[in-house]
Amino acid sequence: MAQSTRKKKPVGLMIGMGIVSIALYVTLLLKQDVINNTFAQGGWYALLPIITAFVFSYFHGQFTGHFWTVLGVEAARKKKEIK
Amino acid sequence: MDIPTSFINLDAITLLYLFGVGFVGGLVSGFIGSGGAFVLTPGMMSLGVPGLMAVASNMCHKFPKALVGAMKRFKYGQVDVKLGVILGISAEAGVLYGAGIQEKIKATYGDAGSNLYVSVAFVVILATVGGFVLYDAWKTYKSGNANAEEKAGKLAKWVQSINIPGTMVYFKALNAKVSILFTIPLGFATGMMAATIAVGGFVGVPSMIYVLGAPSLMASATELVIAFVMGLGGSLKYAMHGMVDIRLAMIILAGSLFGIQLGAIGTTYVKPFMIKVVMGLIMVIVLFSRGLMVPVYLSQLGLIEKLEAGSVSLLKNSSFAIMIFALLLGAFIVLQAMWKGKQAEKLQHAAGVLEHGEV
Repeated sequence: MAQSTRKKKPVGLMIGMGIVSIALYVTLLLKQDVINNTFAQGGWYALLPIITAFVFSYFHGQFTGHFWTVLGVEAARKKKEIK
Repeated sequence: MDIPTSFINLDAITLLYLFGVGFVGGLVSGFIGSGGAFVLTPGMMSLGVPGLMAVASNMCHKFPKALVGAMKRFKYGQVDVKLGVILGISAEAGVLYGAGIQEKIKATYGDAGSNLYVSVAFVVILATVGGFVLYDAWKTYKSGNANAEEKAGKLAKWVQSINIPGTMVYFKALNAKVSILFTIPLGFATGMMAATIAVGGFVGVPSMIYVLGAPSLMASATELVIAFVMGLGGSLKYAMHGMVDIRLAMIILAGSLFGIQLGAIGTTYVKPFMIKVVMGLIMVIVLFSRGLMVPVYLSQLGLIEKLEAGSVSLLKNSSFAIMIFALLLGAFIVLQAMWKGKQAEKLQHAAGVLEHGEV
């Protein structure tokens, strides 16, 4: 009974987001010379690192959130009662 | 095209180091709302990244990290978005002003001057604010009121009692109206610190607690909103001057997003005064780490006698070791507090099952 009320762990989402996240990092490291030289030009090119940060945080943020949930690390159920 | 000399080479060890430091920094940030940066900035500097680029790259990893952390802690009801945005906007002005000072120092005195300025600011802020926060946490612990609900101090009560018509705003975190004439200078100071030492939270969180009267959990969570607002603007400003090393920022982000999720979860298990304990302890230990580097930069600038290579190496290694110690100690306290809270929750749940037959 208790088993059936438990939330299903987001394993599929974690794997999907993990794959996208790894792909982003591999691209960043393989093309680091081109990326750094382009991003460091300043001016309007300043938008590039900002957009990059948002994209990485979305995919990697989703991945890491699901990662801890899948591992069973979640917030306290009744925080106010914890002394 | 070759990577410019100001961009360091990344090998496997450097990647792992940045990821690891990012993780622990994120863990601490998720817990106390700030703090990863004070280890990350010198951490990058210890790899040979110039001070200004370390601050810029750190800021560019901070705003997406803060966004993820703020959203997580918002779910726990710990974030006052209005307070965060209002403080964040004035912090933005502080960031721009602080960044302008940094640029002038770098142009006049070069990297050594910039490094010295960052280190001295670290020592001064960490000594004064960190010492006070730690003292307050110690007082709470000794008083035996660690479980009691936090109350606004005398200064905060006075601030909340001042009524300046046309400037009063209600804040959920304070459960009171406060004049924005008080929040503006606090936000500005937070932003200036963020632009200088990349850790505005060491001014922002204590000022929300002691000057405005916010509970520790709300203050540390709301700091993440401030960090996002000013981090975004600050990053844009630094990026316009080509100062952001996006590789460093994103690799640190890789580790710190694991950490910030964990740190945010940790806040749901602990007593509020633990926020102050972790914040105060780390600040005081790191100040020694940065303090050791001051003679090195003074020597590079020719302001004191040139230090021997052996002395420079000893100071750098000691500074590094102390910083790592502070980092690990903070992480250890957060994880231990979380573990204890989790065990207490399990016991409570088991007791409930025995008493009421609930599952």
